[in-house]
This record gives sequence, structure tokens and C-alpha cells, in this order.
Amino acid sequence: MIKNPKIIVENLNLFYGNKKALDNISLKIPEKLVTAFIGPSGCGKSTFLRTLNRMNDLIENVKIDGKVFIDEIDIYDKNIDVVELRKKVGMIFQKSNPFPKSIYENVAFGPKINGIKDKKRLDEIVERSLIRSALWDEVKDDLNKSGLSLSGGQQQRLCIARALAVDPDILLMDEPASALDPISTTKIEDLIFELKRNYTIVIVTHNMQQAARVSDFTAFFYMGNLIEYSDTKKIFTSPDKQQTEDYIRGRFG
Amino acid sequence: MNNKYLGKFIVISSVMSTLLILFSIIYLLLEIYSGGKNYLTFEFITSEPKEGMTAGGIFPAIVGTVLLVLIMSIICVPIGTITAIYLNEYANKKSFFTKSIRFAVNTLSGVPSIVFGLFGLGFFVQFIGAGMDKVFSTDGNLQWAQPNILWASFTMAFLTVPVVIVSVEEALKNVPNEYRAASLALGATKWETIRKIIIPNSISGILTGTILAVGRGAGEVAPILFTGAAYFLPHLPEKLTDQFMNLGYHVFVMSTQSTDVEATKGIQYATAFVLLILTFSLTSIAIFIRYKFRKKLIV
Repeated sequence: MIKNPKIIVENLNLFYGNKKALDNISLKIPEKLVTAFIGPSGCGKSTFLRTLNRMNDLIENVKIDGKVFIDEIDIYDKNIDVVELRKKVGMIFQKSNPFPKSIYENVAFGPKINGIKDKKRLDEIVERSLIRSALWDEVKDDLNKSGLSLSGGQQQRLCIARALAVDPDILLMDEPASALDPISTTKIEDLIFELKRNYTIVIVTHNMQQAARVSDFTAFFYMGNLIEYSDTKKIFTSPDKQQTEDYIRGRFG
Repeated sequence: MNNKYLGKFIVISSVMSTLLILFSIIYLLLEIYSGGKNYLTFEFITSEPKEGMTAGGIFPAIVGTVLLVLIMSIICVPIGTITAIYLNEYANKKSFFTKSIRFAVNTLSGVPSIVFGLFGLGFFVQFIGAGMDKVFSTDGNLQWAQPNILWASFTMAFLTVPVVIVSVEEALKNVPNEYRAASLALGATKWETIRKIIIPNSISGILTGTILAVGRGAGEVAPILFTGAAYFLPHLPEKLTDQFMNLGYHVFVMSTQSTDVEATKGIQYATAFVLLILTFSLTSIAIFIRYKFRKKLIV
């Protein structure tokens, strides 16, 4: 069913201390398509997303076993450089978190730490990233304005531009629109639609309509288990599992 | 009903407490100023003491105090900042080692300042200094193994470093974790994140620590009693092995060691006033820098 898997997860278990948060997850995420993770709060979907760029490493007492391959390389291998991995796998957080710097400096942050110093090249990257994140027209006249002075939706698109500036292959989005108003949400969704031409996108969302609108594949998580994973149309019209159907029909969660 | 009176009582008593503090400061300043105003001339702050400290100025003591505070800051601000960064960013908070450092910092800030003075004498002058002389001295003369401005600054830095650690750590804790996550998710290393995101966002805390350390260092006398302060030294310190005069110590000397305490009274007041003004200006400079930084960050 999935032709070009970009990410392959095999038998992944994750523990917070003694508590098992993810139970034997295996799935394949297709390249240059949008995959959505849905499920009630605490089901492990965000935790799972964070295993894909090893952000869980930052939390104490987290233990992970199993394998995660990105481009056929096991990212939990001892020889993996986590810093390089995170350059390849960008992340957008639930709460937009621009740095208290100018719009320009926010976007240029990643390229700069990658050693790009040439002002002209930085200008190009900043412009291209802001165009791709559909923010350029709104901010091009004042790139020196603080990123924090933008509206919530603009801030989130700034964060997307910042992530795009390091030229990742994959974008992980952790409920990117949950704190935004409907108009900003629509803009983010349109943007996701645009971005999937060039990037593999994994999005965690609470909002089932959003999953149905933007994604090609959908995975339903419940209590740390992957209950069902299929193409989005099937999940939302004729799911195999009763639990999936109950959740989608709003009977719990 | 009861609650309403309690609320009023709290408001009134907090206002009264604030006023009490305000009045004490104003009274203190006025008292010191009026006691010393006849001596506060341009000459007083630009010339050296004369005639057994009953006349002349306090220029060497001003320079000595400023130098002491400066060298002390150069030592204690980096050490305190790095320690705070280690404690807040790198250390495993539950480890025995981290807890020991924390315990040491807390204990250090509770040690009476005269103990620091004795420690400085024993450790810096008689141990480190004597060791350096053994290695470097060719003619057998004492070079480092005697009180000087460097050892006094080191001793003072030990006293003020907990202040810096506490305020820098407070500032680091206030940097939102979202910034750390965003930076790391962009492929920044931990050190890049600290250098480019965390430190710039904690500058005001580092400066607050510096302000507090400077204020403390300018006013303390006990730590430098045995480690470098000179009773009377009309010339200025020229190298790190020189002794120096100090405003606080000068007041102490005039009021207890002078041959004619009565005759120095006005000078004592004037010296105390200059010390207050000096501390105030050093603090103001730091506050001004902090204000500049804050503005720059918020844009």
C-alpha cells in the first residue's frame, strides 16, 4: 500500500520510567505525502512523533527499543549524529516558538549554525523560506521586526520558515494549528498542501476534519497502541476496527 | 467582614513597611551628607590623605575600591555564570554531585565575611602566594606571598560568587523551554543553543548578578582586612602585587586606629558618602547596560 517509504518504524517501544507509553509500534511513512496521527489526548501520538527526530532524548528517564529507519538508516544506531538527524527532520511545535529575535534572524538561525556566513546567500535562504511558508508578502517590508510582534498564525508560519531554512527532508508537525483561529488554520492547511510536493510531512492533530482534509494516510493511536493505519479515505469512511470508528464518530476522546 | 479588615490591615502594614525602609534610607543619606558636607570638595576626591588622615582627600581609596571591584567582577562573573550554566543546563539535577555543589553554594553565601578574610589570608597569601614565590622568585624576596590587590579581589570574588550563581540561574530558568526545543530541533548542538539562545536571553540576569556582586564587594571590608587593604598608602597600586586603600577600610581605620578620632569625624562621614555614591554609580552603569540589552531583545 505504501510505495516509497521514507520512514520505517519496527517494533518500537517507549517507556517513561516504568510506564510503557508506546507499545510495539510498526509502520511505514510514505515520501512526499502527508501522514496524520490522530487519537485522544495521552494516546502517545505526540510521543511517537518525537521519536522520529529523537526529541525524546531530551527527557530524562525515557527508554526506547525497536528500530526507526529514515532513508534506510537506523536513527537509534550508536553512530548516528543526532544533530545531523535533526537538520534532516524539522519540527513544528504546538505552541509557536519564534526566538525573541528579528524575523530575519529567526529564519537565518539554522543556516548560520550550519556555517553559512555569506550575507547574500543568507538573504536568499531567508527569502525562499519565507516564500515557501507563505509569509513573505506579509513581512517582506520589515524583516527586522521582532518575530514576537507577529500574530499567532504568522508566528507559526515563521516557525515553519525557520524549519525550512535548514533544508530538511521531513517536517514533523505537532498540532501546528491547535492554538490558531480558523483563518490562520486554513492558511496553515493550505501551506501543508503546498509543502508536500517537496517534503515528507507527519502531522499530529486533535482535529479530525483537519486530518481528513490535509492527509493522505492516517494512523489512529489509542493508549500507546497503533490501532489502525491506512489511507485517510478508508480510515474516515470504512475503518476496519470498531475503536477507530467509535473515535471518528465522536463516541469517545 | 473579617476578611475585609484583614485585607485593609495587610495593605496598611505593607505600605508602612515600605515607608519605613524609604525613610531609613533617606535619613541615613541625609545624616551622612550633613556630617560630611563641609569636606566634600573636588580636592577631597582627587588628593591623598594628609597629616595622619585628619586632612587631605581619599583619592587612593576611591581608586583602590574601584580596582578591587573591577578585578573581583572579572573573576566572579565568569565563574558564577559558568557554574550556573552547568547547574541549570548540563547537570543531572538529582545527582549527588549536583546536590553537593548546590549545598556548597548555599553554605558559601552564609559564611561570615571575616571568615573569608581569614581564608583568603591562609589560602591565597600563605598557600598559593607562597607556592608561586617558591616557583618564580629568584632572589628569595616575597613577591606573591603577601597581601595584595589580586588576593583581596580573589577573596572578595569567593564571597560574591554565590550571588552571581543564584541570579544567573534564576535567569536561565526563565528562558522558556520552547526556545531550547526549537533550537535543538533545528540541528543546533547543546552548546550552540546555550551560546546563541540561552545566554543572550539571560544577559539581564547575568548583569543583575554583577550589580549585586559589585554592591556587595564595594561595601565589604572584612574579606580584605588581611588580604590586601593598606592602612595608609598615599600612592596608587600599579601592579597586582601592590596593596591598596579602600573606602570602607578607610572609614574603619579612621574611626578606630586614628591618633585623633574626633578630628577625622567629618572625613569619615564624607568618605562614607563617597562610598555610597560610588556604589550607586557602579550599580547604575550596570542597570543602564541591562536596560539597553532588554530593549535590544524585545525590539
